[in-house]
Amino acid sequence: MYLKMITMERTLLDLEPGMQGTLTRLAGNPGFVQKLRTIGIREGKTLTVITRHPLGGPVVIGVDGREVTLGRGMAVRVIVDVAA
Amino acid sequence: MKTVVLMGNPNVGKSGIFSRLTGTRVITSNYPGTTVDVSRGKAHLLNTPAEVIDAPGTYSLTPTNPAEGAAAEIFTQADLIINVVDATNLERNLYLTLETLERGVPVIVALNLWDEAGHQGITIDVAGLERRLGVPVVPTVGLAGQGIRELVERLDEARPSETIQPMNEEERWAAVGRITGEVQAIAHRHHTLRDRFAEASIKPVSGLFIALAVMAATFLAVVAIGEGLISFIFEPLFDLYTPLAMQISEFLGPGILHDILIGHLIDGEIDYEQSMGLLTTGLFVPFAMILPYIVAFYLALSILEDTGYLPRLATLVDTFFHRLGMHGHGIISVFLGLGCNVPGALATRVLETKKQRFIAATLMSISVPCMAQIAMVFGVLGPFGMQYIVMVFVTLAAVYIIVGLILSRMVPGECPEIFLEIPPYRVPNLRVTVSKTWMRVRGFVGEAIPYLFLGILLVNLLYTVGFLGWLATAFAPVMEVWLGLPGEATAALLVGFLRKDLAVGMLVPLGMTPVQLVIAVTMLSIYFPCVATFVVLLKELGARGVAAAAGIMVTTALIVGGVLRVVLIGF
Repeated sequence: MYLKMITMERTLLDLEPGMQGTLTRLAGNPGFVQKLRTIGIREGKTLTVITRHPLGGPVVIGVDGREVTLGRGMAVRVIVDVAA
Repeated sequence: MKTVVLMGNPNVGKSGIFSRLTGTRVITSNYPGTTVDVSRGKAHLLNTPAEVIDAPGTYSLTPTNPAEGAAAEIFTQADLIINVVDATNLERNLYLTLETLERGVPVIVALNLWDEAGHQGITIDVAGLERRLGVPVVPTVGLAGQGIRELVERLDEARPSETIQPMNEEERWAAVGRITGEVQAIAHRHHTLRDRFAEASIKPVSGLFIALAVMAATFLAVVAIGEGLISFIFEPLFDLYTPLAMQISEFLGPGILHDILIGHLIDGEIDYEQSMGLLTTGLFVPFAMILPYIVAFYLALSILEDTGYLPRLATLVDTFFHRLGMHGHGIISVFLGLGCNVPGALATRVLETKKQRFIAATLMSISVPCMAQIAMVFGVLGPFGMQYIVMVFVTLAAVYIIVGLILSRMVPGECPEIFLEIPPYRVPNLRVTVSKTWMRVRGFVGEAIPYLFLGILLVNLLYTVGFLGWLATAFAPVMEVWLGLPGEATAALLVGFLRKDLAVGMLVPLGMTPVQLVIAVTMLSIYFPCVATFVVLLKELGARGVAAAAGIMVTTALIVGGVLRVVLIGF
């Protein structure tokens, strides 16, 4: 049986804890893009959402076996592809 | 003299290597941003004396906060760079490595945390990496000293890279990906118990419970260790010393020298808490009342720092701290401030904007009493009951929150979101813990005790010339009418600028009620920082910033004092 692979573009903030996505694009100014890339969050990386804190709190993601905490305003500008 | 600079990402162990190279002990911890200042040391390298500089960690040569800015500036002074790279996270670290190599300075790479990489199933082809970078690469374990000798021996091979040419950002990332893929292999690793705990401690609900448990355990440990040291070591020591002090007292006879050295006898006996002599209160307060808690607190803090728990706590409290105009990283300055406000103020450097740093430093100065002061508050209020101590801390916490909420709305500027790497949990190294605790305790003894002596001397002199009496009369209206305190308490506020712990001690002989003591010690905390903190604030916030902060402090102190008076005493 042949199943077509469908991917959907979402922001990191749309991902429920436990979900994974592949980073496709960082939607922000050059300073923002550089800041994320230098900490290891960059195009092609698989990001796992570990937890999302309530009341507008930060998102914790796993990348390359490391955890990074980032605010929601940043998470919403991280565009990922999720295999559906 | 050659200048050798240690450069690298945050929390890769630069300070550990610095200590090994220079024999200078500096604070190392398991969280990004421990080194916010530049440490300098001397070492004999390449058969010549050299100056070694430990720069704050940075992810790139384009800085995003003042600590990183300092790193980028130091870079320009270097004759030789030791680029410290985290072997467990090669890909991310290589970006800075390439940026450094492109500048054409002589570089040697220390592939640090080599043991941890092994444990994580990461293997790196060191010779291959060396070839691709065009500079020597030496695996090291900074804390244990492994590989340091080879690093030193190969320093003369450090040279500008011939293989790495200047490139743009996209090309640099491509190069990072290519090199990492070629030299690194990662074996699949199963989830361990540590991973599961790591996850639980950063999730909102389980994390909150763990945080409360950690805080409670830390508090109980500090109190237990502190009290234990007092009752089993320091008080027995002073019991042995009392006969000697009494002999000195008899030998001196009444007079000014007796007043200064021994102080006032109470019912013919020395009262270590109230006599106020250099050889009585001057020794007892720092050694038997404060030092035990300082030792206990720094031991607990070292362990908290080295496990890597603090960045997780920063994540948990971020939502809350954001409302106060900072972000979660602000909790680090609160923790360090509980030890001493000076490192607490310096720790605000990891915050990105001026607004955040101003709020963090001001709130810490207002509401975070240092351990010396806390120990005295316990010593002075403890005998009346725990509820009074609780009143002081609940008030201070409420002030932190209320003033934070106000400042976050009034202070102009940006309040960026948290962006923080969470380090892996590590088991604290006993040698590091002990040496770090010792360094900080020695810092307290070296700085606090001269000031305490000076303070006691000053109090005795000012008392003798009648200045304190005049001051008490002059400020009596404010103190009595507004705060419900005796005019004599003004002297304590004056001395509080020098040492707050001593100032708390000065309240004891005034015979105040417990409630008055609560008001007085709360005021002492809020009204103004001690001189050491003041100097650091001046440097961090600038003259105008400090003037604004001081205005906020005095205003807050008067309002809080007035409110406390009405609530606790009535009109």
